[in-house]
Amino acid sequence: MPHSYPALSAEQKKELSDIALRIVAPGKGILAADESVGSMAKRLSQIGVENTEENRRLYRQILFSADDRVKKCIGGVIFFHETLYQKDDNGVPFVRTIQDKGIVVGIKVDKGVVPLAGTDGETTTQGLDGLSERCAQYKKDGADFAKWRCVMKISERTPSALAILENANVLARYASICQQNGIVPIVEPEILPDGDHDLRRCQYITEKVLAAVYKALSDHHVYLEGTLLKPNMVTPGHACPIKYSPEEIAMATITALRRTVPPAVPGVTFLSGGQSEEEASLNLNAINRCPLPRPWALTFSYGRALQASALNAWRGQRDNAGVATEEFVKRAEVNGLAAQGKYEGSGEDGGAAAQSLYIANHAY
Amino acid sequence: MAHRFPALTADQKKELSEIAQRIVANGKGILAADESVGTMGNRLQRIKVENTEENRRQFREILFTVDNSINQSIGGVILFHETLYQKDSQGKLFRDILKEKGIVVGIKLDQGGAPLAGTNKETTIQGLDGLSERCAQYKKDGVDFGKWRAVLRIGDQCPSSLAIQENANALARYASICQQNGLVPIVEPEVLPDGDHDLEHCQYVSEKVLAAVYKALNDHHVYLEGTLLKPNMVTAGHACNKKYTPQQVALATVTALHRTVPAAVPGICFLSGGMSEEDATLNLNAINCCPLPKPWKLSFSYGRALQASALAAWGGKAANKKATQEAFLKRALANCQAAQGKYVHMGSSGAAATQSLFTASYTY
Repeated sequence: MPHSYPALSAEQKKELSDIALRIVAPGKGILAADESVGSMAKRLSQIGVENTEENRRLYRQILFSADDRVKKCIGGVIFFHETLYQKDDNGVPFVRTIQDKGIVVGIKVDKGVVPLAGTDGETTTQGLDGLSERCAQYKKDGADFAKWRCVMKISERTPSALAILENANVLARYASICQQNGIVPIVEPEILPDGDHDLRRCQYITEKVLAAVYKALSDHHVYLEGTLLKPNMVTPGHACPIKYSPEEIAMATITALRRTVPPAVPGVTFLSGGQSEEEASLNLNAINRCPLPRPWALTFSYGRALQASALNAWRGQRDNAGVATEEFVKRAEVNGLAAQGKYEGSGEDGGAAAQSLYIANHAY
Repeated sequence: MAHRFPALTADQKKELSEIAQRIVANGKGILAADESVGTMGNRLQRIKVENTEENRRQFREILFTVDNSINQSIGGVILFHETLYQKDSQGKLFRDILKEKGIVVGIKLDQGGAPLAGTNKETTIQGLDGLSERCAQYKKDGVDFGKWRAVLRIGDQCPSSLAIQENANALARYASICQQNGLVPIVEPEVLPDGDHDLEHCQYVSEKVLAAVYKALNDHHVYLEGTLLKPNMVTAGHACNKKYTPQQVALATVTALHRTVPAAVPGICFLSGGMSEEDATLNLNAINCCPLPKPWKLSFSYGRALQASALAAWGGKAANKKATQEAFLKRALANCQAAQGKYVHMGSSGAAATQSLFTASYTY
């Protein structure tokens, strides 16, 4: 412990920190387009489209051919491995199209969840083997950030101490390896919304998980200024009978983050989990309007919440491509506004009504 | 882990959080007047005054009966046990004099160091036994915050993991017990300046220590909004050959805090260690001028750095009361300005000269 063996040089730190800041520049967030082949199968089957490599390419093309309007609201795109090497109809690599828009290219690097024996169905995430070599190659191929998703769930006896410790540790190892290769790690400790627990319980557990994650990152000498966090918002479980407003979700979420995420972290890019497109935008907006002071950017890293309408509009038909792209651009712009607390909602009660729902001295 | 058993009610949280904010409001800081009998002996010996209870009482009386305007720069005073029950020459309790000035009264709670066997002369801190009952009594007797000083040193194999872990844990237990009794715990993990290590090494060690402290506080369910931190500034060791400017000290200090102290902590009140009065003020000022974002108040909890001149002016003679009070007021005011980044060092060319010393992209 007493000796410091610097993990990164000053130049390496600067590069990482610059990349992170570019991704979460004011009004910008991340398009999570890194669905695995298996996940894409689910999405495509919902719109009656066959899960072929070509269809996946055509679909991503719809997203990536969005015009310059996305430049001001999308700071980064997360790719799946296959997509990183695909090209559009004109033979232009997707990576280049995205980079030319000034958007940072990212890559999913984990290899899925595996069970933790002796637990109640809990998991850790694999992917550390050969990760350094893979990162080095991805960096050469245009990626400047990566993403690794760990998953925990709330129930009577979970998340267990082991699940928290193990997932925090594996996230820290991944983050350390990424940084060694000039890649900004997005750290994603997702706590699933499944269950009937209330808002407070989710907040409590989120605080415990995040405290463990940041202790592990410190232990592994990770440079926080060159990382991003991708957490769940603090929400009640899907089966919870109590309904909460976006303002309550915002308060609980920011309180949890204020207690655990050091100010050195440049940005928090929320996952959308099972939220609808509109819900995800309203919640992000409430988060950015919340009166609690916060030292990090609070923005989005959305998959479904950016793509649901676009997928639906496309339904596999080339003729629908333009309309589908437009749906995506619309959601991207809405979330860009939400990331600044400027989204007025899709026609329902606007800001004034929402503001009054903040309870001044609510103790979380 | 899955179940949450709230440690504090909403009202308890509100009370603690309000006390903490009051202490560090508007540039105010803390007078650490909690020197033990032995330590006062050292101070008094230097001005050739006998270490009697009466002499200790007289000196503290002079400080506490200073003009009411002291409450613009001093938000809290830490007392030693004996002092809490002493009175001025009119028979008025010191604690009442302070409270009438609107100053929050605090008490030193630890009972000194104890060796950690098997380490290179490292220590932990005693004082947990019966602490809850002591806190309850102090609360009844007008005290609203506590202080507990853990000590770590940089040296061969030091601080060891055990020393860090053990001191962090003891601090967290103390903090938890304080809050149960309505006292705001000041958490003090002092990394001593003894040694010849450089600034970077102190920063590295401070980051590791603070990460461990905040993990322990989280594990022990401590309510961060109702605590204050009293850390060392990040400085080179006393015997280090290299000299550093206040701006370098400031950048290293704020960077370390940035990476470890959650935004929920309302205030950070630095200890002065062995610094001269002027250095303690200059460093605090540079810290508050540092361009990094600072979501907590950055103030002072000074002992020697507030009292050295006052002690010298007093010399044990009642006739010197006015000069003593003036010396004390001067330092208090200087530090209050420094806590707002507004201190103008006599003889310097002001803000412009100091600003230029910040190197824009310095990577720590």
